[in-house]
Amino acid sequence: MTLVALAVAGLLVADLRYNRLDGSRAVLDTLLAPVFWVAGIPGAIGAWQDTHIRSRQTLLEDTAHLRRENLVLKGRLQQLASLQDDNARLRSLLNSTALLRDDVLVAEVVGVAPDPVRHQLILDKGRDADVYPGQPLIDANGLMGQVLEVSRFHARVLLITDATHSVPVQVNRNGVRAVAEGTGSLDRLEIHHVAATTDIQEGDLLVTSGLGQRFPIGYPVATVTAIERDPGQAFARITARPTAALDRVRHVLLVFARDDNGADG
Amino acid sequence: MALQEAPSGYWVILASFFAAYVLAVLPLAPWLAWLRPEWLLLVLTYWAIALPQRVGLVTAAVTGLLMDVLEGAVLGQNLLALSLVALLARLLYQRMRVFSLAQQALTVFLLAGLHQLVCQWIQNIEGAGAASFLFLLPAVTSALVWPPVLLVLRGARRYYRVQ
Repeated sequence: MTLVALAVAGLLVADLRYNRLDGSRAVLDTLLAPVFWVAGIPGAIGAWQDTHIRSRQTLLEDTAHLRRENLVLKGRLQQLASLQDDNARLRSLLNSTALLRDDVLVAEVVGVAPDPVRHQLILDKGRDADVYPGQPLIDANGLMGQVLEVSRFHARVLLITDATHSVPVQVNRNGVRAVAEGTGSLDRLEIHHVAATTDIQEGDLLVTSGLGQRFPIGYPVATVTAIERDPGQAFARITARPTAALDRVRHVLLVFARDDNGADG
Repeated sequence: MALQEAPSGYWVILASFFAAYVLAVLPLAPWLAWLRPEWLLLVLTYWAIALPQRVGLVTAAVTGLLMDVLEGAVLGQNLLALSLVALLARLLYQRMRVFSLAQQALTVFLLAGLHQLVCQWIQNIEGAGAASFLFLLPAVTSALVWPPVLLVLRGARRYYRVQ
């Protein structure tokens, strides 16, 4: 009995304190892949119904809508090309690193962590698709999180709202840097240790600052929803709402970030 | 009393645990997630009561470890909690067998509550604890779904002569 207790305590410490068990975890995760395949069946049936059982009218409306959207996006893209060139020229004038376009891989969410306090997703791409731990994850609207563990066929992702996650951000308007911490609630981030006099307003967009070398620069993270400046406190209490639809998306993008030399960043 | 017969029906036990894992990771709407019963605990408790000579601490430890991996929890969290549950089930199995359904459900409520408290304790050490007492809700739902789980598993055990 004592021996068992000691073994469990050793296991807990090894995993929690020293992260020594990532390898064994990945092996077990690969073994358990069938559980996620089976658990994904109801969702897959729903998705199949969505794509196969639709009226002609809905399809026509969808196509028309997508065509309009495509036109608008293409129009914006024309400007983007020249802006990107402008940006690259200016950056070379300033002698700073050029921004390259990031490669992305589309992945599907096949599971969520069953424990509601853990904000983790399971994706259907793993080591076979060159996913690596620490890889950033985005959706159409902003940063979602980063890859935590990779098994053969799946990847486990930690969302930015998990209570154990923080992301370095800057205010898009003026470049003020801060760190946005997850709270364990899906629609709230907190920004700690920002001086009460700092120029930051409700509605400000926070984007990744690229500091910390984990997330590429410039992806939207959250919009500031509330600022509380208490004269008795050294720091302002700032809360923000993530721009990404963390609890609704089905398809997400894994970003292969590269620095100037083309190496993985 | 268990007869001295060769063990049979391993696959029924394995299949029930597999089903428990699938139910445990099945995506649910966010508001439902707090209500998810501890399926693995229910299945483990059933087998620990029905076949104490075959399902006990070792099974609890192995299935708990796999659950830790599935949940993305610290390795050892479910292992510890489920081992405690299996230990108690082993002490209680003779009483549990003669309990009425309501008494059994109450016992399951206590076991699941203990499981949740242990898990919560370890999660707090990790820094990912729940902010409210909602984490105790699965104890209630586990007790509520105990009767159907019992009927299904007992039916399977008798039909396939698992012993």
